[in-house]
Parts: sequence; C-alpha cells; structure tokens
Amino acid sequence: MIANYGYKDGSGEYYISIDTDKCIGCTAERACLTACPKQMFEIITDDYDDEVAWIKKPNCRTLAYDCADCKPSGGYSSLPCIAACTPGAIKHSW
Amino acid sequence: MITAGIDMGSRSVKVVLLEELNVDGAPALKYGVKKVHIMMPGDLDQDVAANKAYDEVLAAAGLTRDDVKVVFATGAGRKQVAFAAEGITEMTAGAKGAVFMFPQARTVVDVGAEEGRGMKTDGEGRAIDFAGNEKCAAGAGSFAEAMSRALQMTLKEFGDASLKSDKSIPMNAQCTVFAESEVVSLIHSATPKNDIAKAVLDAVASRVCAMVRRVGIEGEVVLIGGMVHNAGFVQSLKGAMGVDTISLPDMPEYISALGCALIAAERQHR
Repeated sequence: MIANYGYKDGSGEYYISIDTDKCIGCTAERACLTACPKQMFEIITDDYDDEVAWIKKPNCRTLAYDCADCKPSGGYSSLPCIAACTPGAIKHSW
Repeated sequence: MITAGIDMGSRSVKVVLLEELNVDGAPALKYGVKKVHIMMPGDLDQDVAANKAYDEVLAAAGLTRDDVKVVFATGAGRKQVAFAAEGITEMTAGAKGAVFMFPQARTVVDVGAEEGRGMKTDGEGRAIDFAGNEKCAAGAGSFAEAMSRALQMTLKEFGDASLKSDKSIPMNAQCTVFAESEVVSLIHSATPKNDIAKAVLDAVASRVCAMVRRVGIEGEVVLIGGMVHNAGFVQSLKGAMGVDTISLPDMPEYISALGCALIAAERQHR
C-alpha cells in the first residue's frame, strides 16, 4: 500500500509517501526512525497486521515546517530519511 | 453470526449490524445488513455516545450484546470505543465497504464532515493507496455546511442551488475562515446565491480531487460519506475529476461502518 501522509494548503502540497510493501521485513533495520532529526517516523501494526512505518499524527499537519531543515536550504544534499531507507519506501512530494 | 461496525465520525456515530447469510446455492450472497443506525451524539464523551448508539441499534434489531460475535470500530474517534475488539482506519474500512457495494470499484472517494480522502483499492476491497488532508476541513462537508450558513440556506437548498448555476467563480481561500469572508464579499457584490453555492462546492470538489489525483483515478469511482447527499457537490466532483459517472451508494454515510463490520466478520474465519 502507498500511504500518503500530509496535506495541501495555500502554500503548496506536502506529502510523504510510504510504500508499506517495502517496509514489511525492512532490510534497513528501521533506519528511518533514527535518521529523521525530528523523529517523525514510528513503526505501527497496520490494519493488515503488518509492521510498517508511518508519520506521527501531529507531524502530518506540519510537514512543511518539520522537513524544512533537511531540505537543501538547510544544508542537506539529500534527505536523511530517504537516504536511510535503502528499500526506497519513502518519497517526498516537494 | 452477527458482527457490528461502528464508525465514530466527528459529527455522528454510525452503526451497522452485519449478518452472515450462507445461502445454499448463492455463495456470493455471503453477508447481509441486518440493521443500521445513525446518532448525533449529545455527549462529548465518545465512549458514552458509542454505547448509546450501539444499544439503540441492538434494541431496534431485537438483539442483545451477547448476540453479536464481535464489534470493530473505525472513524476519527475509533480509539474511544472501549468495547470494540479492534480499531480499523477509515481508509481500510471505506475501501472494504465500497467494494462490497460496488464490486468493480477501484477508486473510492470518502467525504465526511471533517475529512476527505481518496483511496485506490483492489478487487478484494483492500486499500492499496490513499491520501487525505490532515491539516484542514476545507475539503470536507463542514466547510460546505459553514458556507451554506453564510448564505442562510439549508444544506439541501445549498446543493440544489448550485445545480442551477453554470458560472465558474474561482474561490482562492484555502481555509474555511477566509473562504467565509470571500463568500461575504460575493454576497455584497450581489452575486446570485446559486453562483456562490456552485463556487463553494467547486472549491470543495477541487480540493478533494487534488487528494484523489495523488492516488490516481482508475476504474469505477465510488463516492461515500455524507456529502453524497449533496447533489451539487457530486456534480462539481464529476467536473473536477473529469469523469462522467460516479457511483453513489444508497446509504453513503454507513459504508465505512459496513466495511468495518465486514472486516470483523472475515477475521472470525481466519
């Protein structure tokens, strides 16, 4: 399942997509949990009883601000969460 | 076997009692809806509201709690239903219920009071892609309701008025609060109410459509949730999505509760 967490508002569209099929049996040892400086990722058991990552609820409403520090303007050349997720489950829409 | 699905929405509590039929010679006729019930909670305590709604549906069906094998809950307040065995997300429940009603459905749009979301589903009713808007209610029924109040119309009048307009007035405000001031400006500039109603519903449809486009529009499109009752919104959504047909279930506000009860029933056979 592709789970899109985030929102669209007057300033743009801010979604983090997680391909949960790539999360199941994670080969990166859940590196997203520690890679994100804001610790936005969390492992949950979804409706199909699979252990997958999701974005913590409060962060889903503030992604534009929470992720800003990791964008190029913050000095990063690649996003820590995407770099850490070697199975390639995480994508940003902006 | 009877199972129950409770959808704890932000505005109302919906309960569906589902019965396993096992009709000889009709294997496809596996489940039937025994009773449905909707309640506008007068209590802020959601567990109290869920208990009340559940007791009301059982009384209407002539059943007791012992007659129900298992209760699952969904909706924004699902975690508050203490007597539910499991909580199911709105995406999973909505997709399941929509495919039960329309087996060919592959794109499900759910627009309730506080939230709107788009889901892509497989033939089993399993959500394979979803997107919502976690931030604001500008793509949901409460936005349309607030705007109809500003126009001093009922929601029904509001939807019907929109159908009488063929104008496209873009609304720029993304937020309910600012949109209301935009509606007031349109009223002051003597814009006909029909045109304002259409502008508002086009704006809601456009925001909902943006979520649906994230997951992609594929196969039969089904709209579920209370906004199905707003004919003007359905028309606007068709235009925004660029589709000729959107399938509308008879009891759209119960589809997530139905999906929840179906998942509860299927899990008993694991």
